[in-house]
Amino acid sequence: MTVKTKQKTETRLMTGAEIVITALREQGVEVMFGYPGGAVLPIYDALFAADDIRHILVRHEQGAGHAAEGYARSTGKCGVALVTSGPGATNMVTPITDAMMDSIPMVVISGQVPTHLIGTDAFQEADTTGITRSCAKHNYLVTDVDQLARTIHEAFHIATSGRPGPVVIDIPKDVQFATGTYSGKDGVHKPTYAPRTEPQPEAIEAVAELIAMARRPVFYTGGGVINSGPKASVALRKLQAETGIPVTSTLMGLGAFPASHKDWLGMVGMHGSYEANNAMHDCDLMICVGARFDDRVTGRIDAFSPNSKKVHIDIDPSSINKIVRVDVPIVADCAAALEALIAAVKHRKGKKPDLKPWKAEIDVWRARDCFAYEPSDKIIKPQYAIERLYALTRERETFITTEVGQHQMWAAQFFHFDEPNHWMTSGGLGTMGYGLPAAVGVQCAHPEALVIDIAGEASIQMMMQELSTAVQFCLPVKVFILNNEWMGMVRQWQELLHGERYSHSYSESLPDFVKLAEAMGAHGIRCEDPAQLDDKIMEMIEHPGPVLFDCMIEKDGNCLPMIPSGSAHNEMILGQITGNEIGETGRKLV
Amino acid sequence: MSDGSGTPAPNGPKSAYFLNHEDEAVERRTLAVLVDNEPGVLARVVGLFSGRGYNIDSLTVAEVDSSSHQSRITIVTQGTPHILEQIEAHLMRLVPVGEVVDITKSKRGIERELALVKVAGTGEKRVEALRIAQIFRANVIDTTNESFIFEITGASDKISQFVDLMTPLGLVEVSRTGVLSIKRGKEKG
Repeated sequence: MTVKTKQKTETRLMTGAEIVITALREQGVEVMFGYPGGAVLPIYDALFAADDIRHILVRHEQGAGHAAEGYARSTGKCGVALVTSGPGATNMVTPITDAMMDSIPMVVISGQVPTHLIGTDAFQEADTTGITRSCAKHNYLVTDVDQLARTIHEAFHIATSGRPGPVVIDIPKDVQFATGTYSGKDGVHKPTYAPRTEPQPEAIEAVAELIAMARRPVFYTGGGVINSGPKASVALRKLQAETGIPVTSTLMGLGAFPASHKDWLGMVGMHGSYEANNAMHDCDLMICVGARFDDRVTGRIDAFSPNSKKVHIDIDPSSINKIVRVDVPIVADCAAALEALIAAVKHRKGKKPDLKPWKAEIDVWRARDCFAYEPSDKIIKPQYAIERLYALTRERETFITTEVGQHQMWAAQFFHFDEPNHWMTSGGLGTMGYGLPAAVGVQCAHPEALVIDIAGEASIQMMMQELSTAVQFCLPVKVFILNNEWMGMVRQWQELLHGERYSHSYSESLPDFVKLAEAMGAHGIRCEDPAQLDDKIMEMIEHPGPVLFDCMIEKDGNCLPMIPSGSAHNEMILGQITGNEIGETGRKLV
Repeated sequence: MSDGSGTPAPNGPKSAYFLNHEDEAVERRTLAVLVDNEPGVLARVVGLFSGRGYNIDSLTVAEVDSSSHQSRITIVTQGTPHILEQIEAHLMRLVPVGEVVDITKSKRGIERELALVKVAGTGEKRVEALRIAQIFRANVIDTTNESFIFEITGASDKISQFVDLMTPLGLVEVSRTGVLSIKRGKEKG
């Protein structure tokens, strides 16, 4: 951009609504997800004339938020959602919280009643900044049109830098109508906001030293590696190649390290692999990269990896020592820290440690084959369904989203990822209903790719109206429902913890998903026979439009292996649930 | 490693369940939080404390630099060293928070509080109240035939002691500002 045109854009007078669109354009926004209403009509009016920003009309504001999240996770860009005041904004609270928990960059623009009506309980008024204060990274109520452009640019900066997260901009209707000055994104600077991204050299040296000493090291990686961008995944692979250290990952970090690699241990945590959890428990050096010692990962905290030195790389200082005391904290961007570590490890002279005995030990755990299940030619086993789905899609560019529950864990266990940004799931908040709208967002960003929402019959009903969005915008998302007619994970916990009293976890009065799909203008497929599964999955893949696939699976299958709550990594349930696995303390945990 | 174990400490602030550091004693800290004076900033700080289950013993806030719109929030809190470390880190995570200074830890902190104390009584009690007020260098800022309002500044425990002494002498009501703090010496922060 030349200096002349820059000046021109920076001093232009326009309405608040035009400022919003101009600022989004300057931020490079190509797609946004939204739903109109009284308090955002001026912005929608400005959008009417903006051909270069694609607006995806969802069916529920929560869908807009999850779609923006899916878009963001699969591209690394900032997701954008636009909603009206009152119920529009309150319906966004779940996706905002979801994005906060999983550190997803998202800017939410909400309309607000005119400034003179704020505080009067006006029609569709809600205290949006008050409601979202604790669930967003930051939020604004813009009362001066001249501050609007600067605020939007600052919001994008905050949403996408440091530990990413959702930022809410609440704009009263009169501010959207008012005329003000547009200012460009250059020079927007918030002095109190300065995330540290570069690692401390002494700490890097200390880690290189620990790596040289370790005989049983493990990498424990998380969503931070993915948020840090493709460079971080590349650096992780290089550092692993340099050191030979085995790698496990949280649910959020799947894909940062290739699942096809010989040193990949599988996912860690409650439903992670036996080898990953035992390696975490028995290691002498744990290098945590962009993960946060979440309770689903650590299990019982006083028995968590008792004999290891711990290194924690995280861009958020409040994550350090939050749950687990670490020996070497490194506050930095994952990519910067990993690259510095590669250089430090390469620079060291001397023999590399022999990890063969450690890997032999891991191979013994691996040989337990913890994900094994009894095959059946009568009913479709959920594990088998995901295995086949993976096998039949692996040659394609495939993105997977999920809802929340058993199907989510089976997807994490049996679908394998070799690249980052291909796996979208609600990890921290555990939001049922996330998967379908997220798939809509992913498909918008990757129109040619195969996008599959692996769902459960209960979860899908929380946001299934978004199938209509997919139909309207010709987004050929595939919804693969593992239908066991139960809220499976609730049922599993009731079996485990509540004496098999299955209180309200049976999926009653289910819709006929095939007819439902047809009613909504999509294609419906049902499969009940394992012998037909491959053909029907191929039919789903080859169908050019959205598909609802009702895969009838084993009714009472449990998701195993499992670390029962309140137990340690080396106390996994591998085979059958007996009902006595969880003690009094564990029973009170979630 | 001090990963904590078992059940939460009985008296400690109960944030993050399952995590505890029984071997760590609860400490009292005064934190000065320098923030951009923008709408909602106090709510962010207070919401952080309530949301994560931290304690606030006292809190004061006012703009201290109108040209740069800077406010200073002084918070007195309690927690184990681990919790206090988390409080500082979480405060710094708030976008409008520029700086958090641990006044207690610096060992150079001065802390003062102001209180208005209303005492009603006649005869000997009234004389005694006035005499104690003089010892404490409290000012009388309002008086009737049957009451005084004293203005007293000092460290919090001095004020508490003053209030205790006034209780049998006809204490009616107390209004306290909460703690203000600054560090000794020529340097800022």
